[in-house]
Amino acid sequence: MQLSKTRKRAVSVIAALFAAIMLLLALPVSATADEVGTEFDDRVFGNVKLDGESLGGVEITVRGNGYEASTVTGDDGRWVIGVPERGAYEVILNEETLPPGIAVVEDGGPIKQIEFGLTGTVVTNYFIGEGERTAVGLWPQFFTRLVYGINFGLMLALASVGLSLVFGTTKLSNFAHAEMVTLGAVVALFFASLDINPFLGILLAVAVSGFAGFAQDVVIWRPLRRKGLGIVQLMIVSIGLALTMRYVFQFFIGGSTSQLPSLGGESFKLFGTLTLSTTDIASMGISIVVLIAFALWLTMTKTGKATRAISDNIDLAAASGIDVDRVIRYVWITASALAGLGGILWAYFRPGIKWDMGEKILLLIFAAVVLGGLGTAFGALIGALIVGIMVETSTLILAPDIKYVGALIVLIGVLLVKPTGLLGTKERIG
Amino acid sequence: MDWIQILSNTVESILSPVTFAFVLASLGLAMHFGFAGLLNFGIAGFMAIGAYGYAISVLRFDLPWWGGMLVSIAAAIVFAILLGAPTLRLRGDYLAIVTIAAAEIARLLFLTNTFDDFTGSASGLFGYHDSFRAANPIPEGTYGFGPFTYSETDWWVRIFALAVLAVVIWLLWALSRSPWGRVIKGIREDEDAVRALGKNVFAYKMQALIIGGVFGAMGGVVYALPSAVNPTVYVTSLTFFIWTALLLGGAATVFGPVLGSIIFWVLQAFLTNVLPALAQEGGILESLTSQQASTLRFILVGIGLMLIVIYRPQGIAGDKRELTFVK
Repeated sequence: MQLSKTRKRAVSVIAALFAAIMLLLALPVSATADEVGTEFDDRVFGNVKLDGESLGGVEITVRGNGYEASTVTGDDGRWVIGVPERGAYEVILNEETLPPGIAVVEDGGPIKQIEFGLTGTVVTNYFIGEGERTAVGLWPQFFTRLVYGINFGLMLALASVGLSLVFGTTKLSNFAHAEMVTLGAVVALFFASLDINPFLGILLAVAVSGFAGFAQDVVIWRPLRRKGLGIVQLMIVSIGLALTMRYVFQFFIGGSTSQLPSLGGESFKLFGTLTLSTTDIASMGISIVVLIAFALWLTMTKTGKATRAISDNIDLAAASGIDVDRVIRYVWITASALAGLGGILWAYFRPGIKWDMGEKILLLIFAAVVLGGLGTAFGALIGALIVGIMVETSTLILAPDIKYVGALIVLIGVLLVKPTGLLGTKERIG
Repeated sequence: MDWIQILSNTVESILSPVTFAFVLASLGLAMHFGFAGLLNFGIAGFMAIGAYGYAISVLRFDLPWWGGMLVSIAAAIVFAILLGAPTLRLRGDYLAIVTIAAAEIARLLFLTNTFDDFTGSASGLFGYHDSFRAANPIPEGTYGFGPFTYSETDWWVRIFALAVLAVVIWLLWALSRSPWGRVIKGIREDEDAVRALGKNVFAYKMQALIIGGVFGAMGGVVYALPSAVNPTVYVTSLTFFIWTALLLGGAATVFGPVLGSIIFWVLQAFLTNVLPALAQEGGILESLTSQQASTLRFILVGIGLMLIVIYRPQGIAGDKRELTFVK
């Protein structure tokens, strides 16, 4: 009886997924740029941006291997040029077509040398800044990175506290949590495509994320708890869910990076190289306010206290009259809404939304949670800040493409040396 | 829709090197998870180390092909020891997090520009085939029938992979019914009981991790043999796909991973061919782009993984009593 019920539930999950697929098929496709040489399989493509704004009408030439072709960027700043063979080429941006007074001053200037690797595509972007390049000392650089690190750490905290709460109350290492981060950003993108007020869109996206957490608990996790699945099985189910969600996102938004609409505002030069936009400052403010509200909820309200009671001892909590299922449902809603918000803010920070963006920080979230102490929400908050700051400041020493390595080493190190984490109590060791 | 072509492509995947690589890697995982109860979520890391170990030693150090493979095996042993020495005492899900993190560290270090001279960073490694192909005893030409028609090089890769596979399957089978295998299964069921019998549990677990890791590394070598080493392959998704193949066939069996990997790839090949065709020629998927249609098959993998774990955790070939340790 119980089994057939869960089976029916599983069928309805699949049905719901496909319904969602059909419903959202109407997602608009972004306008494609002017394309040249589309008869060839191998392509060079890229984006031209000025201060983060897409720049149309810029002439780009690809030359080499006895071939030459030019195109003009579309309104979205994109350009595509097909080439007859994989090899080395020169990409030239015609500076005369840039707005007056603007020049490409980044490394290499307007001419870039490219070479095809294994794949049939090469990306060549021109992200043109204000063109200032000043030598700065180590300390101002460190300070800049520190502020970025705090900003990133706060977003990470939004994602991590939820994972930690879920682990505390249900003992599930939820690998699908990072997909909730992506979900927030993708839903925000969907609302942005409807041309509604961006702030309203973000609020709605957070609400949808919370609802997705609720639905997850009702459709998947609660029936499985009833069925008595072990923690390892639950963990693998969450991996399956993560794969499913990840590819559902790819299904809708494709493999490319999309941007949320700009929230307006300007950039402030604060200190040395530190430039923060209003969006950055607002993002930090929102993170802090939400995290404080979350902390108050956890310590002051009845549900919050019940949550902590369940984390401590689930049987005792149930025996003292706490409705465990109801509290866990709140935990799922809260965790998913916070993760969704974190995803939206991160989409502005990165910048951009990609189908696998959540996967990229899944292990950082785990690192934060483990560092702070699995199952303790405040530990996750501190862990996230440390991981965020560490990731950003490590770029002063390490190449940016291995900036996550340090955090992963910390993750392994903490599990080996002090598996309870910074704030964990002894009973919580597995 | 050209059903003959679709079926031919589907059947062809049975003999594809990628399928063989999956079988090898999932046999390694069967050693880790099915027999020793170790939750290794870093099998993609072992495969990456196998593939890069082979390609780097052939390309950068001019070793012959068999030398490259020995380097891969040695590298996998070192990686297993580095990974296992501190972590084999951790509880199951902690071990999962540590192994997945270690595999990501390996991948990021292969991907970074910092070691471009050795790893080729984002473009990967290619053009290391001369030595292996020179050892090919098959005379030039095209052989086979129907969907299994290949050039002498393609056959050489497949025959070699099959030979490795045969050795690995025999080894796993022999080990699983040896006294050593019984101890390993005992550890999986109840570590403390085995320790009470005076066995060195840690050493047994480490041996299992090394053996399975070497199988995984050979999987990586086979993956790299016909084509190139591409860093985008060895992501955590690869680990999850291999877990899916393993659990589908049956984790605690020798035959299960083989069956699971073949079913996994036959289904993948079938869907790869059918879904875009359905999208192009109308029918139920009419409104999809061919890209979306082919993404559907990965969505199905995720749903499939969830359903297997919930309803048949022992897999197709498995025995439920063998999986009571999964808690």
